[in-house]
Amino acid sequence: MKTKLFTPYFFIAPALLTLLIFFFLPVSEAFLMSLTDFDIYSLSSLKRARFIFLNNYLQLINDPIFWKALFNTCYFVLVGGPLTILMSLFTAIALNSKLLRFKKFFRLAFFMPVVTSLVAVAVVWRYLYHPRFGVINYFLSFLGIDSIDWLGDPKWAMPALIILAVWKNFGYHMMIFLAGLQTIPDYLYEAARIDGAGWWRQLTNITIPQLAPTTFFVTIMTIIGYFQFFAEPYIMTQGGPLNSTLSIVLYLYQHGFRWWRMGYASSIAFILFFIVCFLAMLQMLVRKKLEQS
Amino acid sequence: MKLNQKMRKIFIAIAFHLLIALLSGITLLPFIWMLSTSVMPTGEASTFPPTLVPKKFTLDQYRFLFDRINLGRHFLNSLILAISVTGVSLLINSLAGYGFAKFSFKGKRPLFIFLLSSMIIPAQVTMLPVFLILNKMGLLNTYFGIILPGMASIFAIFLINQYLKGIPDSLLEAAKIDGASHFTIYWRIILPLAKPVLVTLALFTFMGTWNDFLWPLIVMTKEEMYTLPVALANLFGEHAQDVELMMAGSVITILPIMIVFMFLQKYYIQGILLGGVKE
Repeated sequence: MKTKLFTPYFFIAPALLTLLIFFFLPVSEAFLMSLTDFDIYSLSSLKRARFIFLNNYLQLINDPIFWKALFNTCYFVLVGGPLTILMSLFTAIALNSKLLRFKKFFRLAFFMPVVTSLVAVAVVWRYLYHPRFGVINYFLSFLGIDSIDWLGDPKWAMPALIILAVWKNFGYHMMIFLAGLQTIPDYLYEAARIDGAGWWRQLTNITIPQLAPTTFFVTIMTIIGYFQFFAEPYIMTQGGPLNSTLSIVLYLYQHGFRWWRMGYASSIAFILFFIVCFLAMLQMLVRKKLEQS
Repeated sequence: MKLNQKMRKIFIAIAFHLLIALLSGITLLPFIWMLSTSVMPTGEASTFPPTLVPKKFTLDQYRFLFDRINLGRHFLNSLILAISVTGVSLLINSLAGYGFAKFSFKGKRPLFIFLLSSMIIPAQVTMLPVFLILNKMGLLNTYFGIILPGMASIFAIFLINQYLKGIPDSLLEAAKIDGASHFTIYWRIILPLAKPVLVTLALFTFMGTWNDFLWPLIVMTKEEMYTLPVALANLFGEHAQDVELMMAGSVITILPIMIVFMFLQKYYIQGILLGGVKE
């Protein structure tokens, strides 16, 4: 039986059509929109949107709140990212240790936050951070630390969101590290033991270098994911206090769907796109380098 | 000397277990606190020092959520959406995965590479135009507003394609000789064989749709169409002072996914690792 010319297209058509309508065309539309002053009046009639070239982007460069949002997002990424990865690596190494019992339970416990709704846990954490009745301040009081107004103090709001994000996400990368750890051949450790290397030497000379490709992959994934953070500040702080937790995506959401300045919002989306694109390309370059060596 | 060394080893083992137990305790604490607060009467959680064990057990908060706030409706919305997005996307993506894996056609390789490279585009870029399209089509505040854009996933197509490549062509040839049509082969041979990857994808899609927030927040503006996370966020805007009530709402949002996950852990972890291999 011969395959008819159109048969393969019959199988891929539904998916391609969906992607075309809801993904590829919108990407180009978003770009065009970012070159217009599309606003609430344009919603009823497209004709009201005027082409303004790169004005939105120029305006963004001069928008101090955008810079604030970019700064906050970078803060979140640069502090939250490494903390998440360290925590993942630490728990993965612990779970991989021959010393540890009840592994299944601990693995499940560490992984639980990953599968839960971010909205629900953000609500829960809002109360954990409560300055008067919150459990976190209560425990800190045992350490002699005075009550912290976690979400009300511009200095502490971002660290509070970072702690939540680390707690929510480290389990995911822990699983990837665990898989990476299991591919390290045993003879490397045996040889090290024969040479008299202790656990610290084994960790720094075998485990960490062997995990380098995994770590790199996890790092890029975490950074890309964290650049898009939104629900945490939306629920917990609405970007406040004093815009100290306003993220790029939250700013995009406010412009696009609260004030209906969709042209401006699209230009924010494209800045985000360029950042993510740059990071993904960086990843590909480094991976090629790693493969060559 | 020897005994001493053994003692030291046991001591290290115990300290290590204590540390990990403490860490997992901290990780689970928010859930434990949420669960116990949700069965407290109104006002009990707002005390100092905080109470972990309810003095008086009550299901009032849950009753209030279902009787007054109509959370059942939002639960149903979430369930309907999660099930239909999962079903429809599994069908469409597996069709495409089969098309790419087992047929050769003009432009296949460049098309596939184009699809894969477009995976880096963040979803936020398409959000605004898709909203306008749905608005034009009159699909805001309908289930279709979430189902249609979620029907196809490049990542899912890629995973299914990879998996199906491992199935020997001779198996399909044999079926063709027996007179099976391409669609019969897809339905009778491909789908059953691809079950492991399909279950993994189904689980990811179901949980992803259930937990999704940004998109339903944008598409569903009428209260009766809210999904659970959107309803919870909205409830939080009005009832932020009612800790016990909010915790009951969080339990209802989180618990179904936790239960699904506990039973299908194995498949979920497989999925993470597949994703980990993908780049």
